[in-house]
Amino acid sequence: MFDTLSDRLNGIFTKLRGKGRLTDADIDATAREIRLALLEADVALPVVKAFIASIKERARGAEVHGALNPAQQVIKIVHEELVAVLGGETRRLQFAKQPPTVIMLAGLQGSGKTTLAGKLARWLKAQGHQPLLVAADLQRPNAVNQLQVLGQRAGVEVYAPEPGNGVGDPVRVANDSIDHARRSMRDIVIVDTAGRLGIDAEMMAQAAAIRDAVSPDETIFVIDAMVGQDAVATAEAFRDGVGITGVVLSKLDGDARGGAALSVRYVTGQAILFASTGEKLEDFDVFHPDRMASRILGM
Amino acid sequence: LSRDRLDDEAWEDLEDSLITADVGVEPTREIVERLRERTRVLGTRTPDELRSLLREELVGALDPKADRSLAATPHDGRPAVLLVVGVNGSGKTTTCGKIARVLVADGHTVVLGAADTFRAAAADQLATWAGRVGAEVVRGREAGDPAAVAFDAVRRGIEAGTDTVLIDTAGRLQNKVGLMDELGKVKRVVERHGPVDETLLVLDATTGQNGLTQARVFTEVVDVTGVVLTKLDGTAKGGIVIAVQRNLGIPVKLVGLGEGPDDLAPFEPEAFVDALLGVNA
Ligand SMILES: Nc1nc2c(ncn2[C@@H]2O[C@H](COP(=O)(O)OP(=O)(O)OP(=O)(O)O)[C@@H](O)[C@H]2O)c(=O)[nH]1
Ligand SMILES: Nc1nc2c(ncn2[C@@H]2O[C@H](COP(=O)(O)OP(=O)(O)OP(=O)(O)O)[C@@H](O)[C@H]2O)c(=O)[nH]1
Ligand SMILES: [K+]
Ligand SMILES: [Mg+2]
Ligand SMILES: [Mg+2]
Repeated sequence: MFDTLSDRLNGIFTKLRGKGRLTDADIDATAREIRLALLEADVALPVVKAFIASIKERARGAEVHGALNPAQQVIKIVHEELVAVLGGETRRLQFAKQPPTVIMLAGLQGSGKTTLAGKLARWLKAQGHQPLLVAADLQRPNAVNQLQVLGQRAGVEVYAPEPGNGVGDPVRVANDSIDHARRSMRDIVIVDTAGRLGIDAEMMAQAAAIRDAVSPDETIFVIDAMVGQDAVATAEAFRDGVGITGVVLSKLDGDARGGAALSVRYVTGQAILFASTGEKLEDFDVFHPDRMASRILGM
Repeated sequence: LSRDRLDDEAWEDLEDSLITADVGVEPTREIVERLRERTRVLGTRTPDELRSLLREELVGALDPKADRSLAATPHDGRPAVLLVVGVNGSGKTTTCGKIARVLVADGHTVVLGAADTFRAAAADQLATWAGRVGAEVVRGREAGDPAAVAFDAVRRGIEAGTDTVLIDTAGRLQNKVGLMDELGKVKRVVERHGPVDETLLVLDATTGQNGLTQARVFTEVVDVTGVVLTKLDGTAKGGIVIAVQRNLGIPVKLVGLGEGPDDLAPFEPEAFVDALLGVNA
């Protein structure tokens, strides 16, 4: 339905071919097209504005080489800048000096936390670790059973002393899971938590209490790649309410452009660690900023 | 000097409020074009007047006269059959539970068909909802054929003289051709009992522009008759449904406002637009 950014920029630059430096008018016209492309990819508006300002700055100094296509040159600049914002090199998980390493998962309802818990457990086990999954979502109907099924598939123990469905205290379960992990020689504890809204003060306080009970080495914010402009408000709420050390983008196997990646990265300043790319436990990859940049630009 | 006080800033604020509500670039541009036209004709002066014109425009875009009733009651001596579809995690199973709750409260009998045989503990989750709201659940083997479960659920509803059969399906991303074919088959197999009365697409209000693609592809495959917009209790505005209504003519019928059994409400265009524009009701 929409032209690609490169088509649009080519349109702007046909008149410009062979000229030297980009004029301010060229840069403004270009900035408008980039703005549109980013908004269509669901990058949040405040983030688009900040990003465009930095791009304009770079474009002002840029020479347009007569031999090259100026549209491609601008896209290259935008792409590089996106990769830089998205994190450049991939960061690895932080492990505790004194095991167990604790990884807590948090995010909106249905974002993919429980599935990710299973994926992380399977992945870490394959690397020789002894993970423990902790069922600290005692709210969503049958969240405990869901985690138990995934634990079984991953071949990983699930600590689930409470049945859930409204029964049991998640803070207590999380707290007790650390002793349990020590006793049973687990070196990694992965805590699955209930989905919650950023504006739900009570539930955010519960998340903070779970965090305080387990002192996580990583608090991972799981966000659905299909999320639109709300990414900013939600990421801010989790950043302030629980504290985020890393991000996982889920459902990247879909066809959403995934601008939320940029929004979340901008708001939290934390690295995007992994990409969740399907419903099966093996559908999991480290995050590639360069691929994500291309995807956002529709390349 | 009676200079027009609708300066660039007023227009930019307006545009920004639509963009940040996920209305989308194209619809925003069209809406702003129309408003510019109308403000010229009407001689609109103040940002307040502009906002009330905008409100009118948005309510109009949502087709306020559209039929939003749910075909959920029995007819021709057989149960109403509703199919609930959508991408992963949007709120399908919860919505099935909530709709059943409303129907049971109205004195109807309900069968919930657990045609998500794929996701871990999905049938258990639906069974919990059935217990909560007083509905019967029909479930099949784990990893079994979802179409067979859906067929059995409707058969059970017919045999037991049930008023409504709600079929919960597995979440699937619309670009997964195999899974979409499977969904088409679920519907065709159910239709051996007679037509499906309502196919509801469950759309998460946090969804951005991909929501329109979801609506387009799901309706190509199973002919969606209405949208349920979930998670509107959060900070997301759900503006993508404006494009869904305009481009595809699919009305929002219900909204989800929480995780509890009673957190379901009819969709009201005016209230939705007020919330979208940040107007305190
Ligand atoms: N296609 C796809 N589906 C996914 C992915 N990650 C999770 N899902 C699916 O998304 C749905 C929700 O995933 P969950 O792991 O239950 O999400 P959650 O965040 O634990 O949900 P709540 O506990 O209800 O807040 C399920 O149908 C998963 O199978 C992914 O990367 N790709
Ligand atoms: N806040 C809020 N949460 C909701 C709403 N509707 C559903 N949820 C939550 O969203 C999560 C996913 O809901 P489900 O009903 O399991 O979604 P689904 O579409 O059946 O998911 P899959 O079958 O895995 O694709 C659960 O944690 C629900 O409690 C709503 O309107 N508001
Ligand atoms: K809202
Ligand atoms: Mg979960
Ligand atoms: Mg479900």
